[in-house]
Amino acid sequence: MKIIDAKNLRFDSLNGLIRTAGKCIMIMNCSGQRFIGSGSDGQRIEIGGTPGNALGSYLDGSEILVRGNAQDAVGDTMNDGKIVIEGSAGDALGYAMRGGEIYVRDNVGYRAGIHMKAYADKKPVMVIGGSAGSFLGEYQAGGLIIVLNKNDSEFPVGRFCGTGMHGGKIFIRSEKLGYPLPKQVRVTEATEEELNEIKKYIEKYCDCFDEDETEFSGGKFFLLTPDSNNPYRQLYVEN
Amino acid sequence: MKREGETRIPSGCAIASVINKNGLPINGKVIVDSMTTMHERSNGLGGGFAGYGIYPQYKDLYAFHIFYDGLASREECEKFLDSDFEIVNLSKIPVKKSPKIVDEPLIWRYFVSPNPNKLRDSHLDEKEYVSKAVIHVNDAIKGAYVFSSGKNMGVFKAVGFPEDVGEFYRLDEYEGYLWTAHGRYPTNTPGWWGGAHPFSMLDYSVVHNGEISSYDANRRYIEMFGYKCNLLTDTEVITYIIDFLIRKKGLTLEETASVIAAPFWTTIEEKDKEKAELLTYLRKTFPSLLITGPFSIILGFNGGLMALNDRLKLRSMVVGEKGDFVYVASEECAIRKMEPNLEKIRTPKGGEPVVVRLNKEIR
Repeated sequence: MKIIDAKNLRFDSLNGLIRTAGKCIMIMNCSGQRFIGSGSDGQRIEIGGTPGNALGSYLDGSEILVRGNAQDAVGDTMNDGKIVIEGSAGDALGYAMRGGEIYVRDNVGYRAGIHMKAYADKKPVMVIGGSAGSFLGEYQAGGLIIVLNKNDSEFPVGRFCGTGMHGGKIFIRSEKLGYPLPKQVRVTEATEEELNEIKKYIEKYCDCFDEDETEFSGGKFFLLTPDSNNPYRQLYVEN
Repeated sequence: MKREGETRIPSGCAIASVINKNGLPINGKVIVDSMTTMHERSNGLGGGFAGYGIYPQYKDLYAFHIFYDGLASREECEKFLDSDFEIVNLSKIPVKKSPKIVDEPLIWRYFVSPNPNKLRDSHLDEKEYVSKAVIHVNDAIKGAYVFSSGKNMGVFKAVGFPEDVGEFYRLDEYEGYLWTAHGRYPTNTPGWWGGAHPFSMLDYSVVHNGEISSYDANRRYIEMFGYKCNLLTDTEVITYIIDFLIRKKGLTLEETASVIAAPFWTTIEEKDKEKAELLTYLRKTFPSLLITGPFSIILGFNGGLMALNDRLKLRSMVVGEKGDFVYVASEECAIRKMEPNLEKIRTPKGGEPVVVRLNKEIR
């Protein structure tokens, strides 16, 4: 394993070192350097400190492990690979993600999984252990978003969840719904069959963070899918 | 050189702040260093800082920081200051010359109090008298810009990267209980000294990351009350809106936040009756002061700060705490640069004001 001390390195120098460091890399003292692992495949990158924005953007098969929180735009347009965050992530997690898997132990900011899409064998998966901010899965077109609500909050997602959604699925573990969801979303309680689809990802989540699987197996999950009878109408121009 | 409004440069910005709630002094270097972690959010076309509690020896006097394009502007402005104020102290602001900061204007600092006779004859309260004078200089004296006018606080700004601007103004020689900072990446405009952040009026200072799509609607409204938006950049109008709502209309910080980042009508409908009535009242009373478009701002004032995102949270903001220190920044890395071992870290919701006040007034 190659160890890189990121202290006082600019983002471009650090990323240059990462690209030529071989398959297994550990970065120490990371402090806001952007674009770590961008577009890479075949590497395993472990990060100590706080990685900067656009971590693992366009990721094409590498595995990234963050020993702490991550910032904004993690896994932007990610194509393949895996990102594991032992903490929380910022806004716009997995924006336009089209493949691969993201696991976040705690919470995520606004706009996680927006514009997520799927095609043929490409099916992105995002598992959030705690809660998510507003606009989760906005304009979602494909793929799977799972919110485990490990702290059993009343409703673990913010407002406007699934606004403009036209594909994919969002699973939310919660006893009840918090506030009205957008009209473009059809909400049902997930059946056992539907829950089988996410079982392996919950197992993987628990593997990543040493959590107890039984904690999530009994609870009620809501399933959000697009309601094609209520297509999207504008939000941003109405004050 | 092209001025603001004459060309458009599409593009982020960085903001950061630190406060000690017990009023203990923090060296300016702390905030300058934190900005280095967010270097990529700026492009060298503007950086600036506001420090509070930095002039304890002149704490009862207004500290004017003024840019002059040349000697003639200085002479005209000093003539005006001499007639309307008593100047207790004046000097150039000490700077450290550097190849990274070029084309600097003349930069002067004045500690003043209103001329008592003129103040009495004006029938204005003292703050209104001072703010009118600031607006007069910026509007009517060519080549003179008062970019800081509060008591026991000061704004320091320039064209350059924030860390270079901090070094230029020798901020390691200042100590204050509150600092705010800005790194600029101008979105519509080329960037000039007066257009750098923070923007201030009296002791209110604003640093802003974002781009206001309601600028012209906001400007037309606020100019009806005597403000003049002549720096041609969107942050200026936020500063005047805040001064107007808090100082002139007597709104609280939280109410002010509910005007400029008003919740959607659909969100208001879900609130309980009393809260919904208040929010409806504020939206209906000040519809032209709703700020749309992305923003994250930190408002500094004597005694505290308020951090606020637009209601859709189109810009990032993180808040950290340890002991009596509270930190706010666009990115977590900037906070961890100031304090690696935080007790709490969170991201406020869109439109949710974070208000931090000193435990007691600093005298």
